[in-house]
Amino acid sequence: MSTERISRFNKAHFLEDYGMLLVLGVLFLVCAIVSPYFLKPENLLNITRQISVSGIISIGMTFVIITGGIDLSVGSVLAFSTLMIAGFKGMGAFPAFVIAMALSMAFGLVTGILVTKGKLQAFIATLGMMTAVVGIGLTYSHGHPIIGTPEGLSFLGQGKVLGIPVQTILFTLTAIIAGIVLNRTRLGRYIYAVGGNEEGSRLSGIRVDRVKTAAYVISSALSGFAGIIMANHLNVGEANLGSGMELDAIASVAVGGTSLSGGRGGVVGTVIGVIIIGILNNFLNLINVPGYTQKIVKGAIIIIAVLAQSLQANRKK
Amino acid sequence: MTDQTILQMKNIVKTFPGVKALDNVTFSCRPGEVHALLGENGAGKSTLMKILSAAYRPDSGEIIFKNELFKHSNPIAAQKAGIGIIYQEFNLVPHMSVVENIFLGREPLIGCKLIDYRTMRDEAQKLLSGLGLTIDVNQKVKNLSVAQQQMVEIAKALSMNAELIVMDEPTATLTDREIEFLFGTIRTLRSQGKTIIYISHRLEEIFEVCDRVTILKDGKTVGTENVPDLDKDRMIKMMVGRTLGEYYPDRSTARKGDKVLEVRNITRKGVLNDISFSAYAGEILGISGLVGAGRTELARAIFGADSIDGGAVLIDENEVKINEPLKAIRLNIGFATEDRKGQGLILGLSVRKNISLAILPQLIKYGLIQPKKEKEVADRYMKILKIAAPGIDYPVKGLSGGNQQKVVLAKWLAKDCRIIILDEPTRGIDVGAKAEIYNLMRKLADQGKVIIMISSELPEVIGVSDRVLVMHSGKITGAFNADEVTEEKIMKCATGEVA
Repeated sequence: MSTERISRFNKAHFLEDYGMLLVLGVLFLVCAIVSPYFLKPENLLNITRQISVSGIISIGMTFVIITGGIDLSVGSVLAFSTLMIAGFKGMGAFPAFVIAMALSMAFGLVTGILVTKGKLQAFIATLGMMTAVVGIGLTYSHGHPIIGTPEGLSFLGQGKVLGIPVQTILFTLTAIIAGIVLNRTRLGRYIYAVGGNEEGSRLSGIRVDRVKTAAYVISSALSGFAGIIMANHLNVGEANLGSGMELDAIASVAVGGTSLSGGRGGVVGTVIGVIIIGILNNFLNLINVPGYTQKIVKGAIIIIAVLAQSLQANRKK
Repeated sequence: MTDQTILQMKNIVKTFPGVKALDNVTFSCRPGEVHALLGENGAGKSTLMKILSAAYRPDSGEIIFKNELFKHSNPIAAQKAGIGIIYQEFNLVPHMSVVENIFLGREPLIGCKLIDYRTMRDEAQKLLSGLGLTIDVNQKVKNLSVAQQQMVEIAKALSMNAELIVMDEPTATLTDREIEFLFGTIRTLRSQGKTIIYISHRLEEIFEVCDRVTILKDGKTVGTENVPDLDKDRMIKMMVGRTLGEYYPDRSTARKGDKVLEVRNITRKGVLNDISFSAYAGEILGISGLVGAGRTELARAIFGADSIDGGAVLIDENEVKINEPLKAIRLNIGFATEDRKGQGLILGLSVRKNISLAILPQLIKYGLIQPKKEKEVADRYMKILKIAAPGIDYPVKGLSGGNQQKVVLAKWLAKDCRIIILDEPTRGIDVGAKAEIYNLMRKLADQGKVIIMISSELPEVIGVSDRVLVMHSGKITGAFNADEVTEEKIMKCATGEVA
């Protein structure tokens, strides 16, 4: 093993880990130069708040995608959670919170069982869940939004601590805890192992089904949590509130360098991906790009970011 | 030159990293003969055929086919030139009909680029009835038996005007009656002037259907003979007759230890048939046999990777129930699979994370993996096994085959396994690393562990094992002690000559 080979490896490793950080830096710089308002503290704090809900979902999505799966139901579960928080507000803050979280996690458990025991492809299982959960929500709410959230919870969506939005703090905490779980716990290690090689993991004594199910439960739990924040932010629960959010989450994870084929990636990348997409949204609004054009630009940036990663990965071979 | 050769492969050399797969091989066929290609696993048969089909490019040597220098760069060109290969795994699309499969990619067209189904059907019907098969050609391939699918493959080759047809272990998955039918077809093809290269381990088949045989050994040609001039014993001798390498460790003189593992009447329908044996502390137990004999399946059954239909596993005389790998690992059984990359390692993870994968529960404190402890374990085994890697955080996919194998071993040693099952532990590993692995196995056995080694390489089985079991068709057909085992004896049991 020559030293030359080692150093080449490290360089590739560096690009893999920090390539997207570089993209983020450039984007940040461009925004700061083009729009004078961009760097204002209130704008920056506003961005961090705007990305929090989608960021928390994306972190859950990261767990599932590292196992080699995908979770299309995150938006629906989030919306269902907003309904629960609004619907059970009469019971008080704590019971409503528990009900919203418990039911969200139950959906994740069902998905996990469908994928592992039912041997359904994750795409199909979660596509079904995505539709069904919205349907359950619409049935529960008779298709109407439910106004209001429990007393004492609104700080989750609207509060500030020392000028920093509570949402931002919750997103940051979620990211830190998720990072610890993925990197330092047995479950986290097993999630990488299962995503990298399922049969190899099984033969190393890992209960693959449980690990995958855990990933779906985590994803649903974080979607439910994001839903609670969102309901308190908007002061409403609604069954369709999360539509399209699964795609933003997948985009953030992919831009963050987590491979959709599983086994690779992490929370840091996803957070960077979330920030890139958040800044982009903010910036396009600041410079008054019309909504339709924004979609084109966003789509293009996502494709370019992932394309750059795959080109770089191929060059490494 | 032209007299009676359709194919000449001259001085073919093919090297893979660390292995000379073909060393100056020469092989020729006459038109209208059935020519057997015989040799042990790894002798170079498949490599030679892959060169013939242009799937591999030889390092040197030349091929003359139908009196022309053959220099096709890809399998499709080789097919067009008239070489059809029927692999063990068929290249058929299960959800398409027989007709569609036969003409896949070469559909006859009429009018505005529409597929001419009528012509296709008629042609297919003619080809198949020529082979003696009457089936509905509109049937989907997935509804056919294996033997029928094989006929479809042959028909497909013939539809491309193949003059030379290679059959790689065509009878491996056929029943006796289907084999008879296949032989009938082969004779028909021969009478039509087609040349057939027939690859098989089963000697009796070679006597039944082949005219000549070329024997390969260690990537070299041993010789080409007329089949009637040979008997089975000579054939086996030609296949295996060679000197043993000198890199096998000395056997220990220590007496056999206690019985650790006992397998009683393990059965898995269609795969394992009533298998019983015991393994003792301090011994290396070799399991030999040909590919498909059920050796890997036996290991997987013991390890709980596949379910069994009957039988029991005992450890230290106590029956244990192993229905998943985790249970086996908790009983300190380790299993290094033959498919290192596909099943043994998590290629994208580092050396450290692969080594610690089976012992993570022991490295946890307050719910967190202790990086220092994990690093210690990885460092220790990297040193003990002399794993050549730039560091413990280097991904295993960048390591050589030998070092990858050592990482697999390190994982089971870290778990302190008492029983270690090694399936083809030296496959694709260079000679130096092989010797290291053998020495390591011996050292572990001397420490009182049970080493079970599945191997297709006869010299390895004989050189390393204290005892050898031989399997054939899911059964144990022979058991030998180190001092009485010979390659001929193993081969006889492995081919089902002696039951």
